[in-house]
Amino acid sequence: MSVDEKTVRRIAHLARIAVTDEEVGPLQGELNAILAFVEQLGAVDVDGVEPMTSVMPMRMKKRADVVNDGGRARDVVANAPETEDNYFLVPKVVE
Amino acid sequence: MTALNELTLAEARDGLASKQFSAREIAQAHLDAIEKARALNAYIVATPDRALKMAEVSDAKIAKGEARPLEGLPLGIKDLFATQGVHTTAGSKILEGFEPHYESNVSAQLWRDGAVMLGKLNLDEFAMGSSNETSAYGKTISPWRRQGSDTPLVPGGSSGGSAAAVAAHLCLGATATDTGGSIRQPAAFTGTVGIKPTYGRCSRWGIIAYASSLDQAGPIARTVQDCAILLGSMAGHDPRDTTSVDLPVPDFEAAISRGVKGLTIGIPKEYRVEGMPDEIQRLWDQGAEWLKEAGATIKEISLPHTPYALPAYYIVAPAEASSNLARYDGVRYGLRVPGKDIAGMYENTRAAGFGREVKRRIMIGTYVLSAGYYDAYYVRAQKIRTLIKRDFEAAYASGVDAILTPATPSAAFGIGEMASADPVEMYLNDVFTVTVNMAGLPGIAVPAGLDAQGLPLGLQLIGRPFDEETLFAAAQTIENAAGRISLPKAWWA
Repeated sequence: MSVDEKTVRRIAHLARIAVTDEEVGPLQGELNAILAFVEQLGAVDVDGVEPMTSVMPMRMKKRADVVNDGGRARDVVANAPETEDNYFLVPKVVE
Repeated sequence: MTALNELTLAEARDGLASKQFSAREIAQAHLDAIEKARALNAYIVATPDRALKMAEVSDAKIAKGEARPLEGLPLGIKDLFATQGVHTTAGSKILEGFEPHYESNVSAQLWRDGAVMLGKLNLDEFAMGSSNETSAYGKTISPWRRQGSDTPLVPGGSSGGSAAAVAAHLCLGATATDTGGSIRQPAAFTGTVGIKPTYGRCSRWGIIAYASSLDQAGPIARTVQDCAILLGSMAGHDPRDTTSVDLPVPDFEAAISRGVKGLTIGIPKEYRVEGMPDEIQRLWDQGAEWLKEAGATIKEISLPHTPYALPAYYIVAPAEASSNLARYDGVRYGLRVPGKDIAGMYENTRAAGFGREVKRRIMIGTYVLSAGYYDAYYVRAQKIRTLIKRDFEAAYASGVDAILTPATPSAAFGIGEMASADPVEMYLNDVFTVTVNMAGLPGIAVPAGLDAQGLPLGLQLIGRPFDEETLFAAAQTIENAAGRISLPKAWWA
């Protein structure tokens, strides 16, 4: 499997990373090198093998259904580039 | 008398307990060494005020006879661990200015036990790399050089700052993280000891995520004993990380003197890779011989799916990274670059904030998770992971207690030497370490000798799940036989 320039631009958009025209070519080469490297996995017989979903088999832990944290709006927004009254500010999304 | 920053962590602990020197003195000795070693660029930020304040508290505790397990011992923290009120960057421009309002579980446990923070250590951006060359805060230079050469070498990565700082006596020990080899490969490159414990042994809470099913924290230090001491404080159950295991933390330090008598050590034939230098093969044979002389039985084993671990890793890790790194959007922390609308702001922020290797991995991850490719790539890779884990389970079921392999396919390389167009060249550094992450097992790298150019080489021991104790026992046996590898000369000071 290999990707063409159009696909590189599509992936970049899905990943929300702006790419310049000059970047597309080199990225295409690098992504194709990685895809060629992983191609060999096609040779492995995986019939009837369960995909790994947990590294160590363990039962999902559940905590008591109680409020144990909160009231920290000021801490949560403290590192944001733009805030107002403990809200994150973003460019206008809805007209 | 040995300079205070050149003591081992265990020696420093004894010296502080017997009041041969104060916590303030040993903290100051390290701060002075850090100041002189700017050329190595091991620390992104040093925290001298905090170090001296913590040392004062330690001196008071020692005076009152209330010393905690790591009282007054100065440590460096990989800059992937969130530290309250201290700039935390993950080596990325996108986290510029980020000062967490919380402390990672692992570092909090070190401070709980009395350790002193010296600063934050350099790393590959978001822990993606094997040479510490991808950091937005500049490359870390290894304190090691080839004999008769002043070519700057890489310390390995991603925990390159941690390994370089430990080797150059800029801390007694350091925290590190390992997703595909990021503790063990830099430890091997710098003649230090590094252990990646079993997945779930240390809490990931407060560690900036790369690939959540592979990431695990561990220490890098100058001796096996020092690593055992540090892991004892770093490990333990944390309800805030659902993958953290609720198991008691064993006395790792006690395990180092167990020896290997009666143990069976497996030698996996698939690790004899094509083109492996003779030096690495000889070191490996020598390691097996040392363990045999100490009373272990050596047994050849087969781990047939080994060759598929690295390609499967380069599906699983980028897939998880593309999801984990979606949070860097210019809204909640760090950098924001305006755009024509909100999507443009996201795209511009991420284009300016992420480095080349990080973008590459996010894009690969996005591609393999995209509609139509998910089963062919991600699900297949996770199935191969099951097969890799089964290989190890079969070996352990056949009576093998631990597995011995080389830690890396070569000694450290020069800065820029791997900057070829093909990123896969660099990935091959993790060929011996990555299987361990894929199966969630513990692995330790221990220095075992020098190559013809005078650079350190390491061996790796792989253990059963949650049996780090056997790894410490076997690694101590190798350390005893090989002798401690120490840096020839501080050329930078």
